[in-house]
Amino acid sequence: MAPKETRIVTKFLHEHPDDSWTIDAAVANGAYKSLRKALTEMTPEQIMNEQVKASGLRGRGGAGFGTGQKWSFLPKDVFPRYLAVNADEGEPSTFKDHMLVERDPHQLIEGIVITAFAIEAHVAFIYLRGEFALGADRLERALADAYARHFVGNNILDSGFDLEIVLHRGAGAYVAGDETGLLESLEGERALPRIKPPFPAVQGLYAQPTVVNNVETLSTVPHVISRGGEWYAGLGVNRSTGTRIFSVSGHVERPGNYEVELGMTFRDLIEGLAGGVRGGKQLKFFIPGGASSPWLLPEHLDSPLDMDYVQNDLKSMLGSGAVMVFDETVDPLLVAWRLSKFFAHESCGKCTPCREGSSWIERVLYRMSHGEGRPEDLDLLLDFGDNIVPGLNAPFAQTTICALGPSTMSPVVSLGRWFRDEIDERMRAQAEPTATKVLIR
Amino acid sequence: MPFTDANVIKARAIIARYPHAKSAVLPLLHLAQDQDGWVSRDAMEEVAALLHIEPAQVLGTCSFYTMYKREPVGRLVVSVCTNVSCLVNQGPELLAALRARYAGDDDVFVEEVECLAACDLAPVLQVNYDYHGPVTPDAAATVIDEYKAGTRVARTVSGGRVA
Repeated sequence: MAPKETRIVTKFLHEHPDDSWTIDAAVANGAYKSLRKALTEMTPEQIMNEQVKASGLRGRGGAGFGTGQKWSFLPKDVFPRYLAVNADEGEPSTFKDHMLVERDPHQLIEGIVITAFAIEAHVAFIYLRGEFALGADRLERALADAYARHFVGNNILDSGFDLEIVLHRGAGAYVAGDETGLLESLEGERALPRIKPPFPAVQGLYAQPTVVNNVETLSTVPHVISRGGEWYAGLGVNRSTGTRIFSVSGHVERPGNYEVELGMTFRDLIEGLAGGVRGGKQLKFFIPGGASSPWLLPEHLDSPLDMDYVQNDLKSMLGSGAVMVFDETVDPLLVAWRLSKFFAHESCGKCTPCREGSSWIERVLYRMSHGEGRPEDLDLLLDFGDNIVPGLNAPFAQTTICALGPSTMSPVVSLGRWFRDEIDERMRAQAEPTATKVLIR
Repeated sequence: MPFTDANVIKARAIIARYPHAKSAVLPLLHLAQDQDGWVSRDAMEEVAALLHIEPAQVLGTCSFYTMYKREPVGRLVVSVCTNVSCLVNQGPELLAALRARYAGDDDVFVEEVECLAACDLAPVLQVNYDYHGPVTPDAAATVIDEYKAGTRVARTVSGGRVA
C-alpha cells in the first residue's frame, strides 16, 4: 500500500489553500475551540500533566525534549513568567515552521494562548525569523483579529485569563534559533547563547522563568487538548509519539513538507511521499534531520522515523525534521564544504572551539573540494575536530555553550564514516602535497 | 534622515510593547531601515537616544545581524540562497548570473545568503524578502526588472510593507 500522510497539524491548511490564514476560515473550521475547552474545563496543572505530558509530545525544533517536562521545570511561585515562541526557523533545509506561520497562524496563536495559560504567563513573544516578511504580515493580521474576538488580550473568552502576544521580528542570525541566543536577541543584544545552567525555565527572558517552544510544537498543542493526550500518545512509535512534519528537499521528485506518523520509514517518506530520487538516478546519501545531523546512506532507508532509534542506533538525529536527498552525481565533499561554510558564517564567536574550528574546517574542506586537497586532510579534520567534539561519537559531546559548535563536525564525521575510501583516493590523485603549498582563495 | 514624526510615534508604540526598552533595538532598526533604505550612523544614534542607551550598544547589536545594511544598498535587495538544497539545484549558478547582470546597477544589490527556509522552491531567492522560486537566471531577471519598473510592488529593504 502506498504510504500516506497523517495530517493533523497540516490538515486545515491543505484543505483551505486559499484562505487558511484568515480568521473567518479558521474559526469556521473549529479554531479556538480547544482554547475554550482549556480555559473553561481545565486547570493549568491538568493541561500540563494530564494532557501535554501524557501525550508524550517532544519539542519539534530539534532537541526533542519533552514539552510537558520542559514546562514543569518552572520554579513555583516565581512571577512574571514568559513564553517565547521560537519561530526563527533557520536550520538548513527546514521549512515547516515557515509554512505553519504563513498558512495557519491562528492554530499557532491558539497553541500559544493555551500554553501561556498552562504555564501561567501573561506575556508571550513570537520571535519570528526576520526574512519571513509575508509570515510577519499574516501573523500581525491574525493577532489583530484574534484580539478583536477576545481570543487574546484581557479576560480571554470571559475566563479571567489575560495574555499579551508581541510579534518580534529577528534580523538574520541562525544562532538566534538557539533558545538562549533567542532570549539575548529578544533583549536587544547580539544573539550570543548563554551558559546553562541556569536554564531558561529558571532564569530566561529578563532573568525571569521562561518557556521557549517551537512553532510546530505549539501548533500541535490545540490538537492534544481537543482529542486528548492519550489519543496523541497512541500515535507514533515508542517515545516518538504523534506526527511530525518532515521537510524533504534536494534531488527528489516532489520536494515539500509531509506530515507523517512517527515510525514510518525513511524509504516511505523519501520514495513513497516525495517521489524518490529525481530523474531515475540512484541515491548516494541523505541527511536525516537538518544540517547539524550526521548523514545516512541508502542502506538506512528502511529505518524508522524514531528520534531515539536514529540517535542511538544510527548515531545521527531527526533534529529539525529536514531530510535532504542527494543523488549519485553529488560530490559529498562539496556538500560538506558548503555546510561548513554555513556553520563558519553563523558561528557567533563566543566559544573558541566553534569560532576558530568552524572556519578552519571550512578552509580545509574548501581545498579538498576544489582540487587542492592533501592526502592527510581528512585525518587532520578528524584530529582537530576531536577538540570540538571529544570522542567524535554521537550524540556529540560539547565543548561549546550551544550546539552550533558540535554541529560543525557532522559533515566531517560523516565523510570519515561513509566516504573515506573515495576521499583518500581523490586526495592522493590531487596535486602533490608540499609543505609550502599555499591555498589561494 | 531623522525619524519622521509618524515614525517617532510608531517607535514609541514599539518601545511600549516591551517590559524593558532595550528589547526594541531590533524593531527600531527595522523601522529606520524601512524609512531610509539602510541603517545610518545617525539612525543608530537616534535609536540609542530613544532607548536611553549608548550608540555603541546599538551598533554592537546592529552589526551582528545580516538584514541590517550599514551602507546604502539601493532599492532592491536580492538574496540568493546557495545552501545545500539550492547548491544541488543551480543556486550558485543563479547567484553568479545575477551578480554579473546587475554589477553596475545602483538599484539592485545582489547578495549570497544562507538557507531561506523554502527549499521546496530551490533554487530560491528573495527580492526585499518576497520569495521567488524555483527560478532560472532569466526568470529571476524578469522578476527583478518588474520590481525595478514598478509593475511589481516591492517591500522595503527591511521587508516592511510600503505605506
